[in-house]
Amino acid sequence: MSPRAASRLESLGLTNIYDFAAGKATWLAAGLTIEGSDAATPRAGDHARKDVPTCQLDEPLTAVRERVSATGWDTCIVINEQRIVLGRLGRSALSNSDAQTVEEAMSAGPSTIRPDTPLATITQRLRDKNLTSALVTTLEGELIGLLQLEGTATQLL
Amino acid sequence: MMPGMPTTIDWHETQRLIAAGAQLVEVLPAAEYAEAHLPGALNIPLKELDRARVAQLRRDQPLIVYCWDYQ
Repeated sequence: MSPRAASRLESLGLTNIYDFAAGKATWLAAGLTIEGSDAATPRAGDHARKDVPTCQLDEPLTAVRERVSATGWDTCIVINEQRIVLGRLGRSALSNSDAQTVEEAMSAGPSTIRPDTPLATITQRLRDKNLTSALVTTLEGELIGLLQLEGTATQLL
Repeated sequence: MMPGMPTTIDWHETQRLIAAGAQLVEVLPAAEYAEAHLPGALNIPLKELDRARVAQLRRDQPLIVYCWDYQ
């Protein structure tokens, strides 16, 4: 639709026209600000913990374990230099004495959700699956944060 | 690409142009616009794109047009 609109605008004499072809769906999935009646709906991206610890593939596991422990978290998200999510280190992975590096210990390709997912929807989904958290990323897989069920339960009250 | 043809941009470039003062027009129906739209976007549904409706648009700023997605 937008390419036709762009051409129509051109036929009406406008110039310097840009077609944001990926559209509102991509804008929402990127977790960007919107206006309108849906803007008030709590979304996953708005409540994700952005301070979740992160690490890189080639880091020594012992160093990551100490760093994460000092923060009080029990999970760490594995990312590359562009913050694209590659894996996740849970409690058991962090304490894995057989692994030397993050890459050896991590769970690769964790499930992720988009930031525009309604908070109520993801909260119910997590409860149905007996899960307590969900990784929130953009369409390109860039880390936004970790949505935790305990925190959302409080915010939904 | 032929000179003067609209340029396709991604969301990163859209953000950059908005920060530089570009106008935004959503061409979806009014009800969809009311639910959610990009900040500052005007609504001119595709079926209503005519000379009268575009008269409100500035000619000295870039214009970004969008709908839901690639369809």
